[in-house]
Amino acid sequence: MTHPGAGPGAGPGAEPEPTPEEVVRRVLDDLPRHRGVVVDSPPGAGKSTLVVRAAAHLAATGEPLMIVAQTNEQVDDLVARICDKHPRLTVGRLSAGGYVPPRRMLELPGVTVGTRVQDLGDPDVVIATADKWAWISGRTWPWAIVDEAYQMRSDKLLRIAGLFERALFVGDPGQLDPFSIVDGDRWSGLSWDPLQSAVSVLLRHNPDLPVHRLPVSWRLPASAAPVVSRAFYPFTGFRSGTGPGDRRLELVTGGMGTVHDRALEEAARSGWALLELPNRHTVRTDAEAVEAVALLAARLLQRGAVAGSEQGERPVTAGRIAVGAAHRDQVAAIRNAGLPPEITVDTANRLQGREYDVTIVLHPLSGRRDATAFHLESGRLCVLASRHRHACVVVARAGIAELLDAHPSAEPVQLGVPVKFPDGWEANQAVLDHLAAHRVQA
Amino acid sequence: MNRLDALRGTTPPKPHDARAIAALAANPGCSRRALMDGAGIDKEALARHLGHPAPFGQSPFAITRGNAFEALVKADGCAELIRMLRELLGLPIDEVAYHDVENVGAHLRHTHTRALIDRAARGEGTGTVYDHPLFTLAIAGHTAYLEPDVVAFQLGGRFHIVEIKSFAVVDGQADPAAVAAAARQAAVYVLALRTLLEELGHDPLRVAHDVVLVCPENFANRPVATLVDVRRQLAVLRRQLARMTSLDRLLAALPEDVTFDLEPDDDGRPARPVAELADAVRATEARYAPECLSTCDLCFFCRDEARQEGASDLLGRDVRDALGGVASVREALALADGSRAPERGQEEIARLLRGAERLRRECLA
Amino acid sequence: MSLLTSLARLRAIERGRAQPIATVRHCHLSARPMVFIPLKLSGEAAAPLAAMLGTDPGEPRLLAVTQPRNRDLRFAWAGELAGALLPYVTGFMGETETVERRNADPYERALDAPQLIVPNRAGVAFTRLLGRSTRFRRTDGPFPVPEGVPLLGRWLTYFAERAAYPGSSLMPAATDELGRHWASGQSALEDANLAALLAWITEGPDDAAEDPLIWPPAGPATDPGFDAEVLAPAMESGSAERITEALRTQLEPTWRLVWRAIGLLRELTPGASVAQRWEHDRASYSGMSAQLAEGAPPQARRDGAVAAAARLARMERAQAAYEVQRAYDDPLVMAEYRLTGEAFAGEVVDTAPDHTEGEGRSRKLRPLVTVKTDDLVRIAPGSALGTPQRRGQGAELVSARDGLVTLKITKGMGRGRTPAPGAVPEVGERVCYSSLTDDFQGAAALPEPEETPWTHGGPPRPYEPTDEDAREEWS
Repeated sequence: MTHPGAGPGAGPGAEPEPTPEEVVRRVLDDLPRHRGVVVDSPPGAGKSTLVVRAAAHLAATGEPLMIVAQTNEQVDDLVARICDKHPRLTVGRLSAGGYVPPRRMLELPGVTVGTRVQDLGDPDVVIATADKWAWISGRTWPWAIVDEAYQMRSDKLLRIAGLFERALFVGDPGQLDPFSIVDGDRWSGLSWDPLQSAVSVLLRHNPDLPVHRLPVSWRLPASAAPVVSRAFYPFTGFRSGTGPGDRRLELVTGGMGTVHDRALEEAARSGWALLELPNRHTVRTDAEAVEAVALLAARLLQRGAVAGSEQGERPVTAGRIAVGAAHRDQVAAIRNAGLPPEITVDTANRLQGREYDVTIVLHPLSGRRDATAFHLESGRLCVLASRHRHACVVVARAGIAELLDAHPSAEPVQLGVPVKFPDGWEANQAVLDHLAAHRVQA
Repeated sequence: MNRLDALRGTTPPKPHDARAIAALAANPGCSRRALMDGAGIDKEALARHLGHPAPFGQSPFAITRGNAFEALVKADGCAELIRMLRELLGLPIDEVAYHDVENVGAHLRHTHTRALIDRAARGEGTGTVYDHPLFTLAIAGHTAYLEPDVVAFQLGGRFHIVEIKSFAVVDGQADPAAVAAAARQAAVYVLALRTLLEELGHDPLRVAHDVVLVCPENFANRPVATLVDVRRQLAVLRRQLARMTSLDRLLAALPEDVTFDLEPDDDGRPARPVAELADAVRATEARYAPECLSTCDLCFFCRDEARQEGASDLLGRDVRDALGGVASVREALALADGSRAPERGQEEIARLLRGAERLRRECLA
Repeated sequence: MSLLTSLARLRAIERGRAQPIATVRHCHLSARPMVFIPLKLSGEAAAPLAAMLGTDPGEPRLLAVTQPRNRDLRFAWAGELAGALLPYVTGFMGETETVERRNADPYERALDAPQLIVPNRAGVAFTRLLGRSTRFRRTDGPFPVPEGVPLLGRWLTYFAERAAYPGSSLMPAATDELGRHWASGQSALEDANLAALLAWITEGPDDAAEDPLIWPPAGPATDPGFDAEVLAPAMESGSAERITEALRTQLEPTWRLVWRAIGLLRELTPGASVAQRWEHDRASYSGMSAQLAEGAPPQARRDGAVAAAARLARMERAQAAYEVQRAYDDPLVMAEYRLTGEAFAGEVVDTAPDHTEGEGRSRKLRPLVTVKTDDLVRIAPGSALGTPQRRGQGAELVSARDGLVTLKITKGMGRGRTPAPGAVPEVGERVCYSSLTDDFQGAAALPEPEETPWTHGGPPRPYEPTDEDAREEWS
């Protein structure tokens, strides 16, 4: 989102769209030719698969590789994926002192866990969070892969960039930008602004680096990919890997015609539903909206939803459902509403990079009278609207259209800071337009 | 007479300049302002007559400084400007001419501007910097005349709007609010020039969305040019102009006899009884927020109204949102101290307010 | 803004008086602060017009540029300002204490430090620009400026940068500090007007505060009406005295307001952590003095990549610490966290002071405490807790339901088999616990600037002051 139009295939009249396989091959071919290679990956476009494949590819050259992820969960997940796909690779998992590795990791062959590089032996791949890497010194790696690089602040990259000679940067430009609890205006406009993402800073200093784009989302169904692509990736679209009939969501038991049932039926039928509550200004923890979210989740389980896809049929269990909201107090209120504990309830921030069959979203603008930059941030809505493989049910009070219409435009403009796209207002409008066709009024 | 003109009555319309058009987005939710802007009402004169003059003034020093800086940039046929444009846009050295449209006299300026721009867009003539062109833009059925500082034209076939401002760029940074205001204003010119090109049958996108902002650098008078991307401001502007055409709904809700006519006397001084005018203004719904204090001529009138109503809007948009649906100060306080039972839908905010009240009492006891 | 503060603002409207939102003072107040009220010429970035300053409310010193467009007079004014400010600013290095450090040589820390108090945030911003426009000058060479001007520029830059540092009290803005302790019945935007905010705190709201004829703006911008009707004619008259007296009318009311604000803040008891933050200020000030003594070059125009990241890390750390300290120092600030469920207070109803965990050698004392609370607790079991009552201790939430919270004390219990007297709260004691804890990881090291990696533009060229810098126009 920080470099609209950059990268191959941007804009009309470009060469025909490459297949995902072609993109991956070009990425791997580019690796030895450039100091850095960037891959933009829209939601569910096979980012992790690419990381695992690139890791194996680089390890095959015989040169050691370091991998950087942003959270311990992401690191553990990558370790598991690498071991699963490439059991002969040896992997060292660096961690901070307080980290307790999940049992499954300790059982993986070829994986060593340690707090110091020296403790790991000499594995093919060493993997850790950016925070942990920042404490490592005295050694360099010929190769690095930096995962979730758009969510990584550039000051973190500054701390670890001396550890590697060349790097592959992979991430989703459409999700939430990094942030700080302090005012960073004094650095705005600087090419090395520490509050910008690692990729923004990298590309401003190295504008000639190749930027590739994974063109197909394997997660988002055919009902969602065009919506998300248009709203959040206006300059670098993508499509779904599955066709219109390939993903099915069936509700096994019959409904009772309640609004919640009808919303779920609409979502099962079309992949989207907007459960619209009466227009009213409310506090953030709007009790009716919270109740609606909880009821939707409960009914979804009661009605025995079954998801059918290219991976076969499977029941939509609580673990395959997520509820997303903008604020922590909303998350707390929803959790308190008595959902089964296996259902994930979290903020957009923490849902980044995760995947479920069905998501239920409390719209960030629901019940508000005015929007702030926080509520309009396109990355927030993008995360919430792009976690699902089958369907997404949005709960909102009526009146968001009027709120957007009345929104004053007075954002300050900093010199020398590239304008970000899409604009949060436009993205919200686009999603709202789409949801209007799937509205169930309470 | 159409309803909007009737709202203004016998008072002459206040022409929209780029600044006024850019300000349409300052508070689009305010019906009062939308109607006044749509009807071309001089809000400043209205506020003064109401006894709540706007708190905006410009220092003579600032005006002198602004004029001096603009003159410096434009001196010797825009020599300094052309130097900067060459660097910033890569204009070829020899081929930039200067053309002052003002030389033809005011009444011909718009026609002349059209002809010049048409010729330039056809690729005739060399690259030129146009000074004092006159553009038009339709605002709610009225034609607004716009006078950008200068328009630069590059040989590559692209037009650039140049905006000259006298706030300083110090070490690459400028006041973000001032830059934003300049960007909104420049977007109006970009749109006007694009509209003109389209009317003339050319590709409107030949007007770049990057405008050239010229400001004094650091503490000196020396100008520096910076490109500012105004795509977002353009999108906002288009939205606001589209909204201006939908004032019918607001007009329909207005009592038939409401007018904001100042009833100027022979000397042009407002003669309308103030109480009557105030009632007319109150017949329209305002959406006061503290931000109005820096963006709207009517701000003191509306703030006074909000005070009389005891509206929580006084404290700001964030407070108003935190209070959920509770619009009145007294109601919020009554919910907090429990002297008022929450209505349906207020249970949540009442619980929060009571909790806050309990904690404040405990800590301040 | 928190709901607690919003409620205080609503109450302020009802009562016609600002309401307290703090029970202690969260900033340090020097015994001898320097009030500094600068004015600038409208339309210019940083052309000074005048300043009123001094450490004695009865003796304001007025420095005016008697012909604001004259560049030489502007530098002369800066020289005068240096003469008035520098003795105060540099005068605190006389009395110092030696501070030992781990992994570094001991250093001398001033026992007290200067404190510059400006009326509002715009005053801080203008101070920064004044610093920027003077610090690169030279007193020798082809474009000499009066003695003290470059040094003044470096100090003003330092103070303005420090003002952006969370919790620092070296250069507070009066409106900011008042606003941290009182909620007025107007919006935060209107609180930027010192006269209006003070009226809310003292006599009650007054529209005269917005009337520039009664209360001139607190600067640095002047009232356009004053510019047009008073200052411009005075400048035309060429009378230095007339200009000076005109400017005095614009500064004196603000001078009284700032001292009034100081008086109000002085009445509050300082919070427990204020001295610790002031110690950081003293250390920072001593560091700056040492750098100047060693002949360090003027501060760079912008931060380089490494300097920016280092400053960001320091500021984030300070911000987090400041938030925790304010809550721990002040029950009314902690109440905001109680309201959102991140803290709770109540009475101890049960304890198990001898509770232990582990066996044999790894057996540890982990006393259990059960608290009855009316607060809604939204802290997950297993979360770390801290408490203002026993700051050295750490605890962990075990369970929370039906208004009863059980926690176990996990840190600060020592090695004994039984707790030291008073270490575990007794039944009946009122306690407060919060998931907000002052438990930060230090930031990892940054590369040396000359080792800035390729991702961030590579090593920057080191800054060499040039004649160009020294003669930068100031018009």
